[in-house]
Amino acid sequence: MKRVSLAFTLALAAGLATQAAHAQTLKTVKDRGMLSCGVSQGLPGFSSPDDKGNWTGLDVDICRAVAAAIFNDATKIKFVPLSAKDRFTALQSGEIDVLSRNTTWTLSRDTSLGANFTGVTYYDGQGFLVKKSLKVNSALELNSASVCVQTGTTTEQNLADYFKGNNMKYEVIAFGTNDEAVKAYESGRCDVFTTDVSGLYADRLKLANPADHVVLPEVISKEPLGPMVRHGDDQWFDIVKWTLFAMVTAEELGVTQKNVDEMAKSDKPEMKRVFGTDGNLGEQLGLTKDWVSRIVKAVGNYGEAFDRNVGAGSKLGIARGLNALWNKGGIQYAPPIR
Amino acid sequence: MAIEPRKPPSQFVAKLQRILGGSAGWSGFVVQILFVAALSWIAYEIVANARANLQAQRITAGFGFMANTAGFDVNQYLIPYTNSDSYTRVFLVGLLNTLLVSVIGIFFATVIGFLVALGRLSPNWLLSRVAGGYVELVRNLPLLFQILFWYLAVLAALPNPRQSISIFDSVFVSNRGLVIPKPIANPGFEPFVAALLVAIVAVMLLSRYSRRQLFQSGKVIKVWPYALGLVVGLPLLAALIFGAPVTFEVPALKGFNFAGGSRVIPEFVALTLALSTYTAAFIAEIVRAGILSVHKGQMEAGSSLGLQRGSVLRLIVIPQAMRVILPPLTNQYLNLTKNSSLAVAIGYPDLVSVFAGTTLSQTGQAIEIIGITMGVYLLISLITSAVMSFYGWRLGRSLGNS
Repeated sequence: MKRVSLAFTLALAAGLATQAAHAQTLKTVKDRGMLSCGVSQGLPGFSSPDDKGNWTGLDVDICRAVAAAIFNDATKIKFVPLSAKDRFTALQSGEIDVLSRNTTWTLSRDTSLGANFTGVTYYDGQGFLVKKSLKVNSALELNSASVCVQTGTTTEQNLADYFKGNNMKYEVIAFGTNDEAVKAYESGRCDVFTTDVSGLYADRLKLANPADHVVLPEVISKEPLGPMVRHGDDQWFDIVKWTLFAMVTAEELGVTQKNVDEMAKSDKPEMKRVFGTDGNLGEQLGLTKDWVSRIVKAVGNYGEAFDRNVGAGSKLGIARGLNALWNKGGIQYAPPIR
Repeated sequence: MAIEPRKPPSQFVAKLQRILGGSAGWSGFVVQILFVAALSWIAYEIVANARANLQAQRITAGFGFMANTAGFDVNQYLIPYTNSDSYTRVFLVGLLNTLLVSVIGIFFATVIGFLVALGRLSPNWLLSRVAGGYVELVRNLPLLFQILFWYLAVLAALPNPRQSISIFDSVFVSNRGLVIPKPIANPGFEPFVAALLVAIVAVMLLSRYSRRQLFQSGKVIKVWPYALGLVVGLPLLAALIFGAPVTFEVPALKGFNFAGGSRVIPEFVALTLALSTYTAAFIAEIVRAGILSVHKGQMEAGSSLGLQRGSVLRLIVIPQAMRVILPPLTNQYLNLTKNSSLAVAIGYPDLVSVFAGTTLSQTGQAIEIIGITMGVYLLISLITSAVMSFYGWRLGRSLGNS
């Protein structure tokens, strides 16, 4: 891990020293014929390779949607697995075009990293996983516990705040990668494993006996997860931002992977704008008129992607909750495409 | 008429010319100046460009972040630390943890290395084969693998705190580490330490005196009974007069873990074990080579003086072997220190883990942090080399060929 981050840093230093900021990401991506997408090192539901080596997950689908919008081919992607602490350097150095790696949107990350969050793909919060045999029902009973955590995340600071705020003592053991932290938790080195709740459900599947472990009810933080792009290229920022909005809008309009071709023929004014049969909204983004159909054909609407990867249709079985559409009790909301 | 001896031409200018310009003389000097100027210009351009581009991309730069609050916890600190301390403090905590594991690792690696080397050279067939087997096994397995082995296979197999192995209900071994009673200083602590220091100084003077006696008059004075008496007696006396120097805080199981007492975390144990056994295998081979490089006539000469094998090795062979051993031994010390950065794999809070890891990703200031970290490792390595060179210089002087 150390070597990787060192390599990125050197690349960053070299990149910064020799060339100006990468202003034309879309052109670079088109010339390369491939989108370079930073993902996790394996978090089921968000980004993990399946048994055939294909990357799947909600974060992966965001990248696939961007690739589909540009190339009309969701496979023209190079996935770059990154540890939590290497991810920003990889983005800054130009190694990747989009960072779609369950990354929490915070003010300091928005301002000091030379990068922008383009939206929220998943509203999450931090929670705790414990063994059922400990008979703990609430995070407030965790005084004096040992906690395993992955280093380089907002998780470590939330953890410190939570225990301090509740006057509890704890011991933190911070590991370089998520898998190492989970392994140490499983071996009994820690009483508690903590990360975002969605991650807890995903990691629980990796344990020998998932049923022996329970996620505590407390959610101790706000973790809006979303993709990031570099500062200084507003066109690229818009493309990634509106790709997610297109998926959300598609769900809102009832456009699915199956019915997208039919819906595209609709003569409702709103549908015509979205599908580009009227106006040139896609071209204004630097894409094509049929950008929304390309995206939905490749990955489906937001609801479909959610269900397939983390929701009812997946092993994780996470409820929509906050991630339902704004008109269905959640807070997923897209500005109008017009 | 007396003939004045002709003065030799001044060598000063010629020497200066050679020092500054090498064999090429003054023109070489000019070339060197130009080369240095070009290098500095390139370095300046790199720094200036990087700074301008960082600004253009609005990436925060500079070292101001070091004063910000860290906001995360670390589970082993040698200086007081809480999550409201600054990143500078985190840096120091990580640095000290790195130094701790390096110094202790170097100590054990050296001891084990020498013992294995002597074992391998021993006339005892079994011992030499066991030592040889150790070297071949340990040095041929990747270090990261060995660290994970100690951590995940050996230490993790220990029972949980509630079923920990206890020794007299005061020392506990579990998968959370080794918990021992913690000494807490009483008013009698300072006199106790003072008495101990006095005793140690007295023993040192005494042994010098006995050496001088041995060299001057051949008298052998047995020092150790006096030494033992002083080192045990004086502090004991102080304790009797001023009261017990420390009381012990006995750890007790409370909630999930032990409260009270001092704890050695398993990450530290695993890392130290792996680093010292791994490096020891290399040191063993270096020491063996060094000893074999001393002519066997030296060994025979020592034996013919009536010295035992141990004394021959200690007094005659090893001091001569040290000249060969020292440079590669220094390399191993440097390797061990740098290898300690593998700590991040098992969650030991070393410099790379807490500073180049957590701090880096919280602040995002990769260039500054990696720069500082590289500088620190360089500094540690240079200091280690300097100390070893000094030792080598003294050794050379004492062997009479400085």
